[in-house]
Amino acid sequence: MDTMLKVENLQTYIGQYHILQGISFQVKKGEVTVLLGRNGAGKTTTLRSIMGLNPPSQGKIYYQNVSIEGLPTYKIANLGIGYVPEDQGIFKDLTVEENMKVAMKKQDAETIDRLEWILQLFPDLKKFWKKPGGLLSGGQKQMLSIARAYLNNNQLLLIDEPSKGLAPIMVEKVMDSILEMKKETTIILVEQNFMMASTIGNQFYIIDDGRTVYSGRMSTLKEDEQLKRKYLGIA
Amino acid sequence: MELMLNLIINGLATGMLVFLLAAGLTLIFGLMDVLNFAHGGFFAWGAFSAVWLYSLSGSFFVAIIGAIATGIMLGIFTEKIIIKPVYGNHIQQILITLGFMLVLTEFIKVVWGPNQMAAKTPEFLTGSWELGNVILIKYRVFIIIIALIVYSMVQIALKKTKIGLIVRAGVMDKEMVQALGINIKKVFMFVFIVGSAMAALGGALIAPYSGVVYAEMGMEYAILAFIVVVIGGMGSFSGSLFAAILVGLSGSFMAYFIPDLSLAVNMLLMAIVLIFRPQGLFISRG
Repeated sequence: MDTMLKVENLQTYIGQYHILQGISFQVKKGEVTVLLGRNGAGKTTTLRSIMGLNPPSQGKIYYQNVSIEGLPTYKIANLGIGYVPEDQGIFKDLTVEENMKVAMKKQDAETIDRLEWILQLFPDLKKFWKKPGGLLSGGQKQMLSIARAYLNNNQLLLIDEPSKGLAPIMVEKVMDSILEMKKETTIILVEQNFMMASTIGNQFYIIDDGRTVYSGRMSTLKEDEQLKRKYLGIA
Repeated sequence: MELMLNLIINGLATGMLVFLLAAGLTLIFGLMDVLNFAHGGFFAWGAFSAVWLYSLSGSFFVAIIGAIATGIMLGIFTEKIIIKPVYGNHIQQILITLGFMLVLTEFIKVVWGPNQMAAKTPEFLTGSWELGNVILIKYRVFIIIIALIVYSMVQIALKKTKIGLIVRAGVMDKEMVQALGINIKKVFMFVFIVGSAMAALGGALIAPYSGVVYAEMGMEYAILAFIVVVIGGMGSFSGSLFAAILVGLSGSFMAYFIPDLSLAVNMLLMAIVLIFRPQGLFISRG
């Protein structure tokens, strides 16, 4: 299977803090790769470093065999990488429609068809099309954020903790939508909810203290109680 | 009654001029997080270039267009050379833009001499209309109409165009705009140029209103514009219009009834807003 993204020995500072101290992983095309780890381990910073929002000081990032570290964020996004941040990044005073329009790079038939498909996947967005993003519920905001990242036929989606703060029914909805998108897109998922991560994920990497410390197929992690207890605090 | 209406017209005209200066300032701060203390310099350069061009060409239209062009050129230079190296550092921004403000002020004296210049009102805008007992000075009404047209055009652009949507989105979350594949630096430049052009237009319009232009006028009006930005809320375009009208009207009424307090009242308004609603009247918390 082709490698979509390859990260080698990523080191990132935020201010004086050395947050990422050696992150290495590979993302296979068509798969969902899950980054796991405790709070503060460096998962979010890893996604932000890939997007160029916290540029790495050392290390390499190859996207479809092209080195992208050091590129400005907008260029990285235009290579076909969509980003769903932890705080969802909704423009709160813009309507759902306007949020989507900001993201829309082209208004061709393909994009319009894609938008229609997205609105079928997230009917709430259609229902609240003219409502300001800031007035949506947490789950609806998450759907809008995912829909926005998916609108431009991006080849790779980086999704940061999509289940955070959501009611269980919303978690299921978000999970179903990601499973649907998985059919067409490669995904890197940061997720604390192990049920969701294990349902969606194919491959996992555990990050601890800014380093990748363990990796494998998700099916093996489900069975490994010791590993789950050691790095994730669950059993 | 006539007195009240005249004070209102005066206040509105002054408020609209301050709005033209403050609107660019608030958009530049809201989107770019840049405190541009040189903004008043664009206003003064707009005023001087308009007076100079009017005396050369005899056309008020040419003078206005020339002033706007001056604002655009200064905006491009300032963003590229002065602001770009200090993005993200407020202390450096304040120091370098304050310094540049002084340079702009002194350079006016180099180009047009150290003395103030008299500004003429174009023939077709001199005089007044009489509505019953109320006298409406034509030029003041003209200022109000032009500023309202500019406000409406910018509002339509912000609401109905893609670049306007991006600017509004950028005021809320710059990182996310970039993560959606948009080169925010190009948007910064565009907003900076629009803001500079509006300030220069304000300067061009104030020249016939005040009758004279002088090099230090930029700093004087910039203080009022900063008060307006704080009252309206940093980044709020509509807030800057509302606050500019408030500042203009309060200044006009106080200048008539308690002249000694006419500047202090604006400071007082700003202090009240900072105490009870520090984010400004038109910005919601969080």
